[in-house]
Amino acid sequence: MVDAPTASSEENAADAFLQGGHSLRNASGPYFGNYGGRWMPESLIAALDEVQDTFEKAKADPDFLAELKDLNKNYSGRPSLLTEAKRFSKHAGGARIFLKREDLNHTGSHKINNVLGQALLAKRMGKTRVIAETGAGQHGVASATAAALLGLDCVVYMGAEDCRRQALNVARMQLLGATVVPVTNGSQTLKDAINDALRDWVSNVETTHYLLGTAAGAHPFPAMVRFFHEVIGEEARAQILDQTGKLPDAICACIGGGSNAIGLFHSFLDDASVKIYGFEAGGDGVETGRHAAAISLGRPGVLHGARSYLMQDEDGQTIESHSISAGLDYPSVGPEHSYLADIGRVTYEPITDTEAMDAFSLLCRTEGIIPAIESAHALAGAIKVGKRLTEGKEDPSEISVIVNLSGRGDKDVETAAAWFNMLDEEGHVKGTTLSTRKPKGPAERTSEAAVDVTEDQN
Amino acid sequence: MTEQFASKSAAAIDRAKAEGRAALVGYLPAGYPTVQDSIDAGIALARNGADLIEIGIPYSDPVMDGPVIQAATTEAINNGFRVANVFDVVAGITAATDAAVLVMTYWNPVMRMGVDEFSRRLAESGGAGLITPDLIPDEASEWFEASDKYGLDRVFLVAPSSTPERLDMTVKASRGFVYAVSIMGVTGTRQSVSSTAEDVVARAHAAGAERVCVGLGVSNPDHVREIAEYADGVIVGTALVAALRDGGVDAVGQLTKNLSAGLGRAAADA
Repeated sequence: MVDAPTASSEENAADAFLQGGHSLRNASGPYFGNYGGRWMPESLIAALDEVQDTFEKAKADPDFLAELKDLNKNYSGRPSLLTEAKRFSKHAGGARIFLKREDLNHTGSHKINNVLGQALLAKRMGKTRVIAETGAGQHGVASATAAALLGLDCVVYMGAEDCRRQALNVARMQLLGATVVPVTNGSQTLKDAINDALRDWVSNVETTHYLLGTAAGAHPFPAMVRFFHEVIGEEARAQILDQTGKLPDAICACIGGGSNAIGLFHSFLDDASVKIYGFEAGGDGVETGRHAAAISLGRPGVLHGARSYLMQDEDGQTIESHSISAGLDYPSVGPEHSYLADIGRVTYEPITDTEAMDAFSLLCRTEGIIPAIESAHALAGAIKVGKRLTEGKEDPSEISVIVNLSGRGDKDVETAAAWFNMLDEEGHVKGTTLSTRKPKGPAERTSEAAVDVTEDQN
Repeated sequence: MTEQFASKSAAAIDRAKAEGRAALVGYLPAGYPTVQDSIDAGIALARNGADLIEIGIPYSDPVMDGPVIQAATTEAINNGFRVANVFDVVAGITAATDAAVLVMTYWNPVMRMGVDEFSRRLAESGGAGLITPDLIPDEASEWFEASDKYGLDRVFLVAPSSTPERLDMTVKASRGFVYAVSIMGVTGTRQSVSSTAEDVVARAHAAGAERVCVGLGVSNPDHVREIAEYADGVIVGTALVAALRDGGVDAVGQLTKNLSAGLGRAAADA
């Protein structure tokens, strides 16, 4: 009946904080402890002020909140389910594992929550164009979706390496009417996509809102993005109380920039009995240097407008992150997470690519759910947490753990197929090239317009 | 502006003013293509008419820079540039010329070395101060302290989008000169200089700035001539970097000579 020493000491730290009469919820920014702020060019300060002002007013406007709620319900399909993963639970020490099913939202991830909120704000500000960065493509797809729904132009910056890893999502964004700009600077991943989006924003700020996709960046983005994702935690809290009659013992989420995590954590931050875990991308293993574990191994610095934990070298140059998951491949993290790490309220641990992919496979086979590889990091963490918390318990099912299943894994099928050695030498799924029939292909087009479209795409 | 110390940048601008012209400010990245080349190019800048020199620190995430400067600074990093080399570049140029040499840097490299340590070494190498494109006065408390301690200029930026309140605050926080961004955008050459530049300069002067220099998109003598009419200094970056890329140190000298021809009365008299 003894918790691991790390667990009990962090509980004490959280208790001490809460006994001071403080609430960790609703931290408004711009600073979270020593983190956050606005390390941004002066040119963008007026735009940030406008976003902040519009957001503060909207947050207090019942019409705005009603509009958002309606979209969440009738467009995204909220509330998302809380599904007990009974067969998966057996692999987590017998703790009851509950999945917060953000994968079931329209567009397949939690990203839609933030995007709908910010796109409505863009309309309020009279902007006609939104730009976004994307890593795995989930935020890009969500942004393209919201732009189509609300009649906004949309340009998505995506690292060229990520375009390759997530080609299907590139096509999805284009089908939704967005322009995807492959970014070939630097590491060609998420951080470089943000750089180019910022360059676009500073040049087009009159017409354009930068729809930042994670709870990072300059104030007000961390607090604002969290606000739009708080619905995850609010629903999960009510659902777990309904299903088990008590608060969970632990909650788990993956951390790239940290938006799905902060959305889930928010409702539980002031409940000292709930242990909170964030799982960063450990890549090939943190000892190899090839990882994206900014909190676990970074040190404070400024990138993209916020002071936060950052993977940087001795000169303050950003170090390229590495992860099998494009969505976690970011060398920094939202500033509120850095603060929650420092005060010990949330425990952040790295999960390697291998651990994540093992959990990915396990969820597929035990629950019939293909998770996003990002979310698989949270699942792998939950297995560890479940085992830790049930150690020595006579009835491990007394322990309950919520895992934020932040997205579905359709976009990751190719990566997973390669990982699990399901492809032949030419990159085809093994066993799918046996047909002796001539491929039928699409029906011949006759109209000139259709021919033009086809040629454009070539 | 606080003038507790003799500002090297202000002195350089005032010398130009005494000659009846605007000052020319030239930007080049440290370590591009090598540390020695950047020293030689900086000296060529000064000897051909630049009054102030801005030495940029190559950084992994230069969000305010366009493709030309990005490519140059990336190459510098790939060629082994280390942040501490910037002090060698500053020392090398100040030893050989009278130009005021400022360092332009994104903030994280300074924060990583330690603001005090960075400032001490910059002052020691003869540097005039820092231009900080992603540091606003609101976040600069450590830099205020260190710049006062070591007598360095604090050059903050003002933009067409700056509100009167922010402009006022930024002018008061600056020392040496105020950097007026001519357009909403990133570094790079442009066909013409936006008319918003004149307005920003007028607003900065009205807010009490004694010296306002204009940068972003300035690439030829016509631009220089136009801006010299209303500003105290003209900042050229991308065009010089492109010259260094395409024609080496000699091309930098030649372009600087051409640019300085647009500076005002003294140049016209010569």
